[in-house]
Amino acid sequence: MEKTSHIDPNVVAVQMTDIVKKFGNFVANDHISLTVHKGEVHAILGENGAGKSTLMNILYGLYKPTSGSISIFGSPVHIESPRQAIELGIGMVHQHFMLVEPFTVTENIILGMEPTNGITVDIKKARRQVLELSERYGMHVDPDAKIEDISVGMQQRVEILKVLYRGANILILDEPTSSLTPQEIEELIDIIHNLTADGKTVLLITHKLKEIKAAADKCTIIRQGKYIDTVDVQAVSEHELASMMVGRDVQFKVDKKPIEPGEVIIDVQDLHARDYRGVEVLKGLNLKVRRGEIVGLAGVDGNGQTELVEILTGLRKGESGKVIIEGKDLLNADAHKLFDNGVSSIPADRQKHGLVLDYSVAYNLVLQNYERPPFSKHGILKKDAIFQHAAELVDKFDIRGADGGIKEAGKLSGGNQQKIIIAREVTNDKDLLIAVNPTRGLDVGAIEFVHRYIVEQRNKNKAVLLVSFELDEIMSLSDRIEVIHNGRIVGSVTGEQADEKVLGLMMAGGGNHETQE
Amino acid sequence: MQELIKNLGLIINATLIATPPLLYAALGSTFSERSGVVNIGIEGMMTIGAFVGAAVAHFTSNAWLAFLCGGLVGALFGLIHAIACVSFGADQTISGTAINFLAPGVAIFVCKALFDQSSDTPPLDTAQKLPKLFNGVFKVGSFGNNVFNTYVATYLAFVAVAIVWFIIYRTRFGMHLRAVGEHPKACETQGINVIRTRYIAVIASGFLAGLGGAYVTLCTVSQFRPSVIVGQGFIAIAAVIFGKFTPQGAMRACLLFGLCNGLKVLLGSSNIISPNLISMIPYVVTIITLVLFVGKSRVPAASGKPYVKQK
Amino acid sequence: MKHKNNQNNETTQNIVKNSTNNLLQQNALYTIIAIFFGFVVGGIFLWSAGFSPFEAYMKLFSSVFSRPKYLIWSVIYATPLIFTGLSVAFSYKMGVFNIGAEGQFVVGSLAALCVGILVDLPPLLHVTLCILAAFAAGMIWSFLVAVLRVRFGINEVLSFIMFNWIAFYLSNYIVNTESIHKAGGGEASKDIRESARILLPQSVQNILKNDKANYGIFLAIIAAVAIWFILTKTTLGYRVLAVGLNPHAARYGGINSNRTMYIAMSLSGALAALGGAVQLMGNSMRISQFAGQEGYGFQGITVALIASSHPIGCIFAGLFYGAMKYGGSKLNLIDAPTEVIDIIMGTIVLFIAISHVFRYLITKRLQKKEGK
Repeated sequence: MEKTSHIDPNVVAVQMTDIVKKFGNFVANDHISLTVHKGEVHAILGENGAGKSTLMNILYGLYKPTSGSISIFGSPVHIESPRQAIELGIGMVHQHFMLVEPFTVTENIILGMEPTNGITVDIKKARRQVLELSERYGMHVDPDAKIEDISVGMQQRVEILKVLYRGANILILDEPTSSLTPQEIEELIDIIHNLTADGKTVLLITHKLKEIKAAADKCTIIRQGKYIDTVDVQAVSEHELASMMVGRDVQFKVDKKPIEPGEVIIDVQDLHARDYRGVEVLKGLNLKVRRGEIVGLAGVDGNGQTELVEILTGLRKGESGKVIIEGKDLLNADAHKLFDNGVSSIPADRQKHGLVLDYSVAYNLVLQNYERPPFSKHGILKKDAIFQHAAELVDKFDIRGADGGIKEAGKLSGGNQQKIIIAREVTNDKDLLIAVNPTRGLDVGAIEFVHRYIVEQRNKNKAVLLVSFELDEIMSLSDRIEVIHNGRIVGSVTGEQADEKVLGLMMAGGGNHETQE
Repeated sequence: MQELIKNLGLIINATLIATPPLLYAALGSTFSERSGVVNIGIEGMMTIGAFVGAAVAHFTSNAWLAFLCGGLVGALFGLIHAIACVSFGADQTISGTAINFLAPGVAIFVCKALFDQSSDTPPLDTAQKLPKLFNGVFKVGSFGNNVFNTYVATYLAFVAVAIVWFIIYRTRFGMHLRAVGEHPKACETQGINVIRTRYIAVIASGFLAGLGGAYVTLCTVSQFRPSVIVGQGFIAIAAVIFGKFTPQGAMRACLLFGLCNGLKVLLGSSNIISPNLISMIPYVVTIITLVLFVGKSRVPAASGKPYVKQK
Repeated sequence: MKHKNNQNNETTQNIVKNSTNNLLQQNALYTIIAIFFGFVVGGIFLWSAGFSPFEAYMKLFSSVFSRPKYLIWSVIYATPLIFTGLSVAFSYKMGVFNIGAEGQFVVGSLAALCVGILVDLPPLLHVTLCILAAFAAGMIWSFLVAVLRVRFGINEVLSFIMFNWIAFYLSNYIVNTESIHKAGGGEASKDIRESARILLPQSVQNILKNDKANYGIFLAIIAAVAIWFILTKTTLGYRVLAVGLNPHAARYGGINSNRTMYIAMSLSGALAALGGAVQLMGNSMRISQFAGQEGYGFQGITVALIASSHPIGCIFAGLFYGAMKYGGSKLNLIDAPTEVIDIIMGTIVLFIAISHVFRYLITKRLQKKEGK
């Protein structure tokens, strides 16, 4: 995509020189330098844990550098707090939104900087100011809508407006596209464009190579705390960026042996469900998964996949329809029954749903099975059997830091925690494995591990339903891709036919023959 | 008919006497809860407020000063609760329970020290108590006298509802307060001092609870006895939850409880039903009302969780 | 990267360092520090009121330890507190703060009272029936609150408080009914029949020199061991702890958290109720009309806290509180106010509540020194 650059080569907006940040003995940033000009869109690329967030947090005053210096528009500064950063014109839009749900858009934007009329808050004035800003950069927000009622894309704009309201000239966007549809991502890039046209400087923290290519002028790559390079985005390919990020040649596709899918393990028919407010979230969903296949469910967060998975794992009730598992209709069966009938899952939020962090790794490994022999008898736990089982799994799956199974699960790293869950579910060896965002927050090594076992289950003739917000993951693993939009399946393609643009369009609700509501 | 009006007057009178202590405490609790800090130590704060009110009135004969002092000592214990919970991240329910031991313990201890080993303060005469508003205007025993000639501090309680409402919903501080109770991290990133906001809220809750306690000894009972605060603090908390964490909701709930007390006074003297059964009424009514109206209060999202700053 | 055989490579220095670390992690250390601070604060109050803290504490100490009779009294005072402590501790493990122990205690003693007065049975049967009645009463009292929470979403803090007061007035009401009330005026019920009492045999009492010595303490210890067993060794314990630690994961793993909550809260209520029954049958023998809540439930909260919610710890914490209560009651013999005990206990609770901060800070500093 050709884009005009708004870089002002004479003005350096941000200069970070030789930044070092240590946490105890761990060096998060190892002599990193960064030069960003006014009007530039500068991406900071690195894997999880590479140190890019740390660097930006230093710029935003959330951390103090162990050594190094920062200049903003030529003036050396010591940024001690976010308040100070805001005063310097730096604004940060976090990956996990910081929005007060029951408050309106306007209230969230002005929070902490409310215009007053005497002792009361001048809401009318605030509203006006918010609308002005919104229109200026083409954001079209409804100032009176409550945060809990608006879409994720809209919420993100509220976050951006928050920093603009405070007079930010330098905006830091932390993983801004993780929850957006391809269309919303394009709209965001347009907004970034409008911002730089107005003289703002934008820093993008990301590991999404596509977005970097689409939006950024320059890109600085950080790996394991060290500065690698700063490149002109036009001049490099995604592959080159990936290699610099990871430090080796990256495998984008997983090898799968060709398998003829077998019998239907799960048949979801015309499933309807409502959320806690009575709004319909599943509007007649149909889905089949067979033995020996990985079905990837592609879609943007918020289109019903969360609710679908909850129903399939017994955490939510559906209103009507059928969920036929190996011949039995198990709609609204509880978690226990579903598990007994062949459904296991790798949950989206491993710390919330997948593990009891204060329990030992061993206890976590028997979470669904503690009541069965050999782990208990007549209601009494058999600890020898439990710890024996744990020792075996820790060894087989190379779960690090588990101390043979005794350590509390919470003390392990994210990747190893996910290994616990993988170990458990693979050993449970149920006919249907539902994997939801299984590689979220994991580094490349852990991602390879997770993908390997998912494919292995499929190769063992199990059925796998993969639900992920990462289109790349879906495309590289799935035999068949179903696209969910607005509570229904709106399209289906085979793994080979998969084309990102077509999928993106379907995910956003376009390009099919089904009528929209 | 005359009898009916007279009884109505008596009921209203009793209600207006029972409601203010609950209301002051409930308003205080609203502040605290909205900021995300659970304060079940209100019972203790009321007790020591009651004691200090009575004691100061005895020594200075200045009832308004005594009222204020009751509030201040409540605020002091509010400060202790704030330090424990907000700065040290203690479990808020535990801290509140500790205050329910400490505050009455200190109150009775000091009472014994000051008043010759007695756990009661000497009774106050009318001059030392808080004034009534329309004294002498109506005929004693008339409807008007029963309803309107009540303590200034009673009227003040209802005025306080309006003030608290205004603060919470119209001022900057109120907006910060509500935001802090929902999403403290968001507030921190927008430059709001979560710690300070919570401190103010909790100290305010202590102050108001102290006022509620002082009201009892300075208006109703005229002296401090260890049993003078017997559950009002907990009822105030119930009122806040019942009233869905708004000042106006708390007011309605407190009036309901106060009304039950009024009924108790009326029926109790006639001996038809055991006073004990009547005393149960407010509690049973609360439960039934909640069940019938499926009271799923929307608790402030950050309630009960200590906020830990990151650096 | 950790090696599997860590132990073999450690030098003596490391072993010492590790055990010091472990010590500093233990709750027990901070509890003891908290108790120490409690006495310090109590001492300050005593001193400012003109008493010698030394004298007062000596009196406290001697009131408990100088004679066997006094020691037994401490145990008698401790018994109901162990039960309410267990009740709160068990509930806490599941993430529910049982502020309703007060009311459960009352209905327990009420149930035991009614069965103790109205029914006439040989001793063993009578005692058993009283205990069962109390158990059931406490179970129901707590179960109702669980229903309100699960079915209607009503905040259990609110419900417990309401039920506490309903129980309180219910007690006063029943005490005044004709069949229960002591004839001839007064504010109390009749005494329970001899066959319903759990006093130790006369001969034993003579040795202990205490005519209220009862075997309630043994029941308390059995209860504590039973609860410990349930929590650490059974599948029910696995469920209860899982729900308390992470209700979401528990649900995902197939644990029915509603059912677990019903069971755990009922058991918790039953424990507090047993405390009430044992107090009645071993010590007070009758229930009086009360002006205010007696506080056993709230004292149980303190016991659970001091015990860090450990069932066996509740025995020791209960004994500690029992001794403090008894010794404290003797303080007025030297004109010192018994309320100093409340002040001491309140301070202890407060310090325990904030102690985890110190533990965190201290272990962090140690980690830094070791260069982790």
